[in-house]
Amino acid sequence: MGAVRVVRVSERACLVELGDAVAAASLAGWARSLGMAADDIVPAASTVLFDGIDPSDVEAALRRWTPDATAQPGAVVRVPVTYDGPDLEQVAAHWRCTVDDVIVLHASTEFTAVFCGFAPGFSYLAGLPTDRTVPRLATPRRRVAPGSVALADGWCGIYPTASPGGWLVIGTTDAPLWDAERETPALLPPGTRVRFEATQ
Amino acid sequence: MSIEVLDPGPLSTLQDLGRPGWAHLGVARAGALDRGAAALARRLVGGAIDDAVVETTLGGIVLRTRRAVTLAVTGAPCEVHADGHGLGTGTPVTVPADTVVTVGPARTGVRSYVAFAGGIDVAPVLGSRSTDTLAWVGPSRLAAGQVLIIGAAGQWPEPPAAVVVRRREPVLRLRPGPRIDWLAPGAWAALDRATYAVAPDSDRIGLRLDGPPVERRAGELPSEGMVLGAVQLPPSGQPVVFLADHPPTGGYPVVAVVEDADLDLCAQLRPGDQVVLRTA
Repeated sequence: MGAVRVVRVSERACLVELGDAVAAASLAGWARSLGMAADDIVPAASTVLFDGIDPSDVEAALRRWTPDATAQPGAVVRVPVTYDGPDLEQVAAHWRCTVDDVIVLHASTEFTAVFCGFAPGFSYLAGLPTDRTVPRLATPRRRVAPGSVALADGWCGIYPTASPGGWLVIGTTDAPLWDAERETPALLPPGTRVRFEATQ
Repeated sequence: MSIEVLDPGPLSTLQDLGRPGWAHLGVARAGALDRGAAALARRLVGGAIDDAVVETTLGGIVLRTRRAVTLAVTGAPCEVHADGHGLGTGTPVTVPADTVVTVGPARTGVRSYVAFAGGIDVAPVLGSRSTDTLAWVGPSRLAAGQVLIIGAAGQWPEPPAAVVVRRREPVLRLRPGPRIDWLAPGAWAALDRATYAVAPDSDRIGLRLDGPPVERRAGELPSEGMVLGAVQLPPSGQPVVFLADHPPTGGYPVVAVVEDADLDLCAQLRPGDQVVLRTA
């Protein structure tokens, strides 16, 4: 197994460092399917936080995990998007291609929701080629419209509600990212596969 | 229909034990910020452990009863009146129907708690009646004209005859955090007995501290899961103690974690209050 390090946070929490988000999602999915007795299991960019459990119980469980021991691949969710975002040209400039190329690449990528954070329903989607990254805006917008489909670093994300934000906006969707009344309140929980479909 | 909100004050919300278990979907745990005061209020009215209570912020709340209710006020010391007659705090009181109950501004501290015998009947969201002020998951903040339904008081054990609430010293005990290695040499030792002031933008999300900048290495950390009580250290060097509505993930290093028993104190510290940090 690669470098997996357990960092103690408190008597009842620890961070497992894995090095990348996909491994983190895999461990979190496996731990959740095992029914580990933690209050929260929170995958993130390269770690999994186990909160509300003795760190030594986490260490013991980890001995039985390998990155192959994953949970089932998630369902595919199709997200309709209108590619009319204000930052499309900036993305095209970073990627040294045309706006149409950006749209084609984005719409043909199978993304995977790797982890959530920042707001209920906000998922960090991985799947773009590693040479297709973009920086954040130098000055974040005070308001990004709800449903904005945006890029930052190698991630794609959709803003579930209006909020300040520095990601580059390439389009909008009316897909309901978050509905507390729904049985699964998040549309794109970790593990979900996502395909964007251009609407006309 | 039992209680009408006449004036919610600056910020009044319903809080219970919160909703841990949803952090992986980006949902803050919420829950009463001063857990001890909320639990005491519940006990005084013979409530269930997961009953919702009203949490006020600095300015109190004014309510009108539509039927007789038994209530108790705890937390930040304040004056409580029913139609102008003074009521005690820290004790259950039965108030008749059609009475205006005024929970006054906090004399010291920040947050008072009002519990009702029978609990507050509002639809839970993701298993809890708490409101998180980060993403506003949960019942809306209380508004003038809103009516709260109070449940029927059951046959619960007698509440305690007397309550003693000890004054807490404004000391926050810190344990080493997962990213303590981000501190500059000597910075951890410098935190011990250091005095900080509570910044004006402190809220349910975090207690922000103004004081001697805590020295740390430069750079950014990939976002990672955060715990209650985490002490985040932004590049400014001004620490933030994460409270109930903290975001589930964050990108500033957590150099310390506040002892859980000291978090209730954080709920009652006002802007300008001084607090001493201890690492030993």
